[in-house]
Amino acid sequence: MSSRRSRDAGGIRGREAAAGWLFTAPALVILGLFLALPILMAAWVSVSDWRGQGSPFSSSVGFVGADNYRGILSAESGLPARDFGTALRNNFWYVVLVVPLQTILSLFLAVLVNRKVLRGRGFFRTAFYFPSVTSSVAIVIVFLFLFSGSGAVNKSLSWLGVNGPNWFADPRGVAHVVLGVFGIDGAPALLSDNGFLSLSWWEWLAGPSVAMSALIMLAVFTTSGTFMLLFIAALQNVSGEVQEAALLDGASGWQRFRFVTLPLLRPTLFTVLTLGLIGTWQVFDQIFVGTQGGPAKTTITPAYLSYTSSFLNNRWGQGAAIAFILFAIIVVLTLIQRWVLRERGVPKRKRYVPDAAVVGTTR
Amino acid sequence: MTATTVSTQATEDKSSSGAAQTRAPAGPRTVLTTSMTYALLALIAIIYIFPFLIQIATSFKTDNDAAANPVSLIPANWTTATYQTLFGGGLAFPTWAMNSVIVTVFVTIGRVLFCSMAGYALARLRFRGRGLLFAALIAVMAVPAVVLLIPKFLVVNTLGIYDSYAGMIVPLLVDAAGVFIMKNFFESIPMSVEEAAHIDGAGIFRTFWSVVLPMSRPALITLVILAFQGSWNELSHFVVSAQDPDLYTLTKGVATLAAGGQGQAQQFPLKLGAAALMTIPVAVMFFIFQRQIMNTAEGAEKG
Repeated sequence: MSSRRSRDAGGIRGREAAAGWLFTAPALVILGLFLALPILMAAWVSVSDWRGQGSPFSSSVGFVGADNYRGILSAESGLPARDFGTALRNNFWYVVLVVPLQTILSLFLAVLVNRKVLRGRGFFRTAFYFPSVTSSVAIVIVFLFLFSGSGAVNKSLSWLGVNGPNWFADPRGVAHVVLGVFGIDGAPALLSDNGFLSLSWWEWLAGPSVAMSALIMLAVFTTSGTFMLLFIAALQNVSGEVQEAALLDGASGWQRFRFVTLPLLRPTLFTVLTLGLIGTWQVFDQIFVGTQGGPAKTTITPAYLSYTSSFLNNRWGQGAAIAFILFAIIVVLTLIQRWVLRERGVPKRKRYVPDAAVVGTTR
Repeated sequence: MTATTVSTQATEDKSSSGAAQTRAPAGPRTVLTTSMTYALLALIAIIYIFPFLIQIATSFKTDNDAAANPVSLIPANWTTATYQTLFGGGLAFPTWAMNSVIVTVFVTIGRVLFCSMAGYALARLRFRGRGLLFAALIAVMAVPAVVLLIPKFLVVNTLGIYDSYAGMIVPLLVDAAGVFIMKNFFESIPMSVEEAAHIDGAGIFRTFWSVVLPMSRPALITLVILAFQGSWNELSHFVVSAQDPDLYTLTKGVATLAAGGQGQAQQFPLKLGAAALMTIPVAVMFFIFQRQIMNTAEGAEKG
């Protein structure tokens, strides 16, 4: 449409076109240089044997095909593959627990805070949202202290007669701990002899380690505020009349929430789940600051492993390959989730739109 | 939710559209529900606030006191040793703070300028390729930041700006989400104002600079908040774009501080004090622009 108009109108349109490119030039150059170009360079590095010396485009760097990908995916290659499998396992449990917990908690907080007659709404909102604005570095330090062996959490647990674990030093899988309580200490042969991505099924079923559980609580603590705001906004759009009609029809509080409010919150629920899914597969800061992958590698994640492979072990090809696999995982899971939660029979224009401001705030 | 009401409270929150609510007389059951709600809210609020109180209190404790009394909010014997070490001791804390300020100032100015320019072009100026640019922008927004860690290092290194302020600042100068926010905002303001300016003979840049931008205060404030918070709290980009200790920002410096002496209660007052200090600027920002921040997320959702 723009081209037709520009031919019709001549001079003014010509100036507009020049201004248009001029105005977008800085954004175009920077985004192109630091977002688009890097992807192409990394694609090359992921199929090369570059070791971090000199330019990845110098003639001494060779093409190795899918070797780097094979190196982290096939069991024969040993440690790198085992590390990658472990990282995926760790992050998988992190996602599986954080996404539902943060969604439910933020919705719950929003419903509580959104009551029309609540005194001190502002105070509660502020209290719940504040952790979201502080830096991940600062929050991780606070959690390292709270969850240290003799920290506030264990002290509080001891008042209840519970002997808390040494959180950030405890590599035991939570599921294994629970099974241990019932006397199951070893793996059935079926689970220990077979596996996926260099880990046995028994190891996959370990659940998050105790250390990872602390990071899971941290994630829920810091993100619930942001998502609460989204839900509050959506709740305020739910009209009073619909609620009233349901009330007159004799619906109970829970029924009104389940059958009236919740369906109306669907688009927001979709946003929160999508952002949660994308965000939780990218855990890096917390690991970098807090645990450096330990104890016993139970908190390494693909993002952190990609960093250590490249910067600390000089396996740049593998680091880049991990980044691409992570990218693929995020894209595929987002598509699957879109498909599962697709809105049947809703006009296209009413569906989910990317939520720019929110993407910005949750980083 | 249940339409419980005590009429004196009905006017408390003007921002809510409570007018259409049914006003039921308060029965014993609703009183019970209400007090339970308050109790629950208070409990959760304590859980959310307590960590920060402990953080501040512990920064005034000695190492031994912090290890022995991790929950108490009152130090057994007050000490400002933490802050003396941070500002006077061997730590480069002031350097980190200065670097954070430099980066944040440049990134915030850059983002406000470049994002609003690009947003304006995409919203208002008609030119060939605009649709394509916008599609590219959306595609770029979908790429997870962490995936770009190593790729970004590769480019920064190839351009020869590794280990420099340029390498730390330039890649952050434009934020695709910021362009998106500004585009949406410009589309929401009426075209007639700009048309009047054009008739008065103002050029495109002049119209943008002296007519449109002054009208865009709310969106610009949103952008400033996001840019400030984003660059002040940024860690991973600085990890891959520099290694010189003189270029450490607060996030990177305090992160290295945290990584030392892991596992024990060692030096927790120092680490917590450093973490508290680095939180102050965003906290101040948060309390100044609180209403705006709350509306940012809400507005985005409605948009």
